[in-house]
Amino acid sequence: MQRLLLILFSLFIAYSTIGSELRVGKNQVFHSIEMALKMSQSGDTIFVEKGIYIEPNLLIQHPISLIGINYPTIENNKQQEIITVESDSVSIIGLHLQNIKVSYINDYAAIKVNRQKHCVFENNRLENTFFGIFLKHSKDCIIRNNYIKGNAKNEMSSGNAVHLWYCKNILVEKNQARNHRDGIYLEFVDNSIVKNNIVADNIRYGLHFMFSDHDEYRGNTFRSNGAGVAVMFSKYIKMQNNHFEFNWGSASYGLLLKDITDSEITNNIFKQNTIAIYMEGANRVDIHKNEFNSNGWAMKIYGSSMYNKINQNNFLNNSFELGVSGKSESNNFDGNYWSSHTGYDLNKDGTADIPYRPVKLFSRIISRIPSTSILMRSLLIDIIDFAEKVNPVLTPDNLKDHRPSMKIIDYDKN
Amino acid sequence: MLKIFKYSLFDLIRSNWSIAYLAFYLMVSSSIIYMNGDITKSIISMMNVILLLIPLVATVFGAIYMYNSREFTELLLSQPIKRKSIFLGQYFGLAVSLSLSFILGVGLPFIIRGIITSPELSNFLVLIGVGLILNFIFSLLSFMVALRFENRIKGFGLSLFIWLFMSIIYDGILLLILIWFESYPTENLAITLTLMNPIDLGRVLIMLFLDTSALMGYTGAVFYNFFGVWQGILLSIAALSVWLLFPIYILLRYIKKKDF
Repeated sequence: MQRLLLILFSLFIAYSTIGSELRVGKNQVFHSIEMALKMSQSGDTIFVEKGIYIEPNLLIQHPISLIGINYPTIENNKQQEIITVESDSVSIIGLHLQNIKVSYINDYAAIKVNRQKHCVFENNRLENTFFGIFLKHSKDCIIRNNYIKGNAKNEMSSGNAVHLWYCKNILVEKNQARNHRDGIYLEFVDNSIVKNNIVADNIRYGLHFMFSDHDEYRGNTFRSNGAGVAVMFSKYIKMQNNHFEFNWGSASYGLLLKDITDSEITNNIFKQNTIAIYMEGANRVDIHKNEFNSNGWAMKIYGSSMYNKINQNNFLNNSFELGVSGKSESNNFDGNYWSSHTGYDLNKDGTADIPYRPVKLFSRIISRIPSTSILMRSLLIDIIDFAEKVNPVLTPDNLKDHRPSMKIIDYDKN
Repeated sequence: MLKIFKYSLFDLIRSNWSIAYLAFYLMVSSSIIYMNGDITKSIISMMNVILLLIPLVATVFGAIYMYNSREFTELLLSQPIKRKSIFLGQYFGLAVSLSLSFILGVGLPFIIRGIITSPELSNFLVLIGVGLILNFIFSLLSFMVALRFENRIKGFGLSLFIWLFMSIIYDGILLLILIWFESYPTENLAITLTLMNPIDLGRVLIMLFLDTSALMGYTGAVFYNFFGVWQGILLSIAALSVWLLFPIYILLRYIKKKDF
């Protein structure tokens, strides 16, 4: 008897947590999502049928699931914040949220979350947004498979597609973030993962880390942003298998590292960026097995960057391979493949017999006096580079690859 | 003028030098295509060859032709023909025959490789255009030098020096100037000085069309804003035309007075 009661009780609990279903649509009980929200209880699921809904700010204060069927379009009646989440365990799936106006006072977002846990935002389409998905002081949330497209014109009047602030354990996966200020922005965000996203055409950065530690991003594509990724004031970041492409312009970078330590950059492909990696105050960063292809500069290493390891990378057809300021003595450049290397390998062990100096004299001149770039590819430049190579005077003497590879280094590119 | 032009052209086309020049270009461009595999990279590699060798060959060839055909020139001068027609006819015969060898020598391998249908066609045409202009300018310069100096050693020496100056020494001076005036904004100075040297101008034009990774940063943007828009391109073409028309004007004035 006691056991039967227990089973019944647990069934009751299970039923009550599943909650009931509420439907919003033209021919349904609820015509507006706001009404449905008011009538709903914890654990309910609200299905929104296809249609256009002009709603006031939708405040979610208990755990529910808000699920769109065939992407219902939801707009705020004042073009302000559409959904504000003030409860744990809220799921928002399959909605089409659009038209949020630019504000210089409030950070209006399509979805804003404040101090919550275990939220899921999946398969939404966000268009013409100021901020897309905005999480503050939240934990253990998932942002997956959303398409977020803004309409950013300049840095001053635009927001970020995904904005995380003081968060922990967030998973940002398979999203597309386009035409915002920053594609994905993390400030004070720890232990989070950003993977398999496509981030393109953003005005400032594709992915922006500030003061965020122990994060990793993998398999993302950063294309045609102001700068692909900026990692600033952070440590223990893992960056793997990303593509940095066509970040092209007068102040563009594939990857900007500023005051970052103990991080790892592996298996990435940098293609046609003005500067593939720009480092300033970066210490103990391990850069290996990356491909640098057809960039203006493959790497620029500036201001107190020490004890970095740059090994087993392929440097292919870059205008300049390396620019350094100062002596850069403590950085290790051994065992890379440099396509402009002309060494020989008499003992056939796969590494060249003489060390290679990736810093050319002209790359030094051009960093000091940028207008000399008009002499690029002139015969004179080839001559002075050759003279400097034979007898280095002005380029740092001990900055060299002691065992440059003779062949393109093969590694798993996934 | 047309008759003399035709005569010098066919005379030159039949000469071994033209054929050697053609063969040389065929060899260089087909080997570059063969080595690179990729047509874009081949065009960039061709750039260096063209910027260096076209002026050199035009210079040497122009001087040789002028000295060798001196007797023929004197014969023509004794006939009732305008001096202008004689010299312009000879000059255009020389320049056009060189250009033909160049176009055939570079064009054929690239056409066989399928440049006509590739998206790189416009870049290739820029390359050919720059090559042609350099050809005309440098054969004119050496033509004038050879006319001015009857001593062959002097004439050759001076034409070669002009080539060396334009392709290397000028860049060295430009580099030094840019280094000296480091603390000033020198972008416009660099542009002006580049406009004054046809080889540099050709190089920058080809680079802007083909290889934008070479020019970058703020300065690159300044250059691109200058050379990349129509006004800049027109100005560059104007500068190249001045390099062609001004020496022709000087030549015409000179031959009026020249005593043979």
